[in-house]
Amino acid sequence: MAQKAVELILMRQLASYLAVPIFLVDPDGNLLYYNEPAERLLGRRYDETGEMPVAEWSTVFTPTAEDGTPVPPEELPLSIALRKWHPAHRPLAIRGLDGVDRRIAVTAFPLEGQGRRRLGAVAIFWERPS
Amino acid sequence: MKLTLWGTRGSLASAGPETVRYGGNTSCVEVRAADGSVLVLDAGTGMRRLGAALRGEGRRVDILLTHLHMDHIQGLGFFAPFFEPDREIHVWGPPSTTQALRERLTRYLSPPLFPVRIRELPCRLSLHDVPFEGFEIGPFRLNGALVCHPGPTVGYRVTADGVTLAYLCDHEPALGLGRVPVAPDWVSGFALAAGADVLIHDAQYSAAEYVDHVGWGHSALTHTLAFATLAGVRCLVTFHHDPGHDDETLTRLLDEARAGAAFPFEIVPGTEGLSMELGDSATLGARLADSRPAY
Repeated sequence: MAQKAVELILMRQLASYLAVPIFLVDPDGNLLYYNEPAERLLGRRYDETGEMPVAEWSTVFTPTAEDGTPVPPEELPLSIALRKWHPAHRPLAIRGLDGVDRRIAVTAFPLEGQGRRRLGAVAIFWERPS
Repeated sequence: MKLTLWGTRGSLASAGPETVRYGGNTSCVEVRAADGSVLVLDAGTGMRRLGAALRGEGRRVDILLTHLHMDHIQGLGFFAPFFEPDREIHVWGPPSTTQALRERLTRYLSPPLFPVRIRELPCRLSLHDVPFEGFEIGPFRLNGALVCHPGPTVGYRVTADGVTLAYLCDHEPALGLGRVPVAPDWVSGFALAAGADVLIHDAQYSAAEYVDHVGWGHSALTHTLAFATLAGVRCLVTFHHDPGHDDETLTRLLDEARAGAAFPFEIVPGTEGLSMELGDSATLGARLADSRPAY
């Protein structure tokens, strides 16, 4: 595998210490890492899923809007952050890989490194009361 | 390829009777290719003596800065070739999103910190941001990448004459790794060092000292040995010695490390004045055995 940029390494290390659920993707949207608090929301340990192509993760959690309509991958906050290169936020409902439905809010922002390199994006998940 | 270590100390120049064996000058390494081309890795206080050695040689010099902490640039103002009108000098440093390299270096090379301004240097000076896509300087093929250290800091991989050198003088790859699985692609600096014939690497602290310096951007010797093992290098040169470590302490730490485990590479203590004629990688081991301090 290709060497990760140090900004991504540091982001992962920071995420691994935080209690906030965090999801990290590369510039193409492929999943690079999610931390332990995110494992609880997504219903599976990162060690089991590992890195995951965007086409897989963007559908596997079956994201839906508040009214239950499916949210296409390109309208997910992470996709918007990568495509438009600005922060994005929206409430969602997901079904975790453990089969549990959860109401969450997602805030995503792009990661731009030294030399204006586009390194990927980060999403922070917030669980909303049912 | 020939390496000469003109400064191996970290953080602060530390001259004194207690540092005569490993040296007190801060980071500066001369890399000379078989055709005589010269790269200088970092511009710590060791650079003054290198400048004296290069005086009058007339050849182009490329200075590659890892970062702009004072112990890596303080020698710039005392580098004799800067004051030679016909000398072509290129300085390469980490890019910034806010200021050009010239502006950042001017903070030091201008009054009140220094009496001579960059624009007053008589040499033919060019400053460059290090490109991250790889680049060439004469016979040298170079890769630079940002590595784990406070502020933008570049590690270098230099290949010439069939030999590869990795230079990660200020580097804390262990930061946070206690909570992260060690897959090589997630280890800072791995690609720069992988399979290198010689790795010059930060070894500032003992394991006990590191506990109080997590996040300062430097490695314990144990981390350095683990990193060199992971990278599969042939020779490790320990570097950036803590200014508080006298010769006796450095020798003891290295002896303890060597006694604790067998390593699949040679360990060479970074010693000021040490000159290593590397030749091609096939004969590296024998040539390292013949290495002697240059003065």
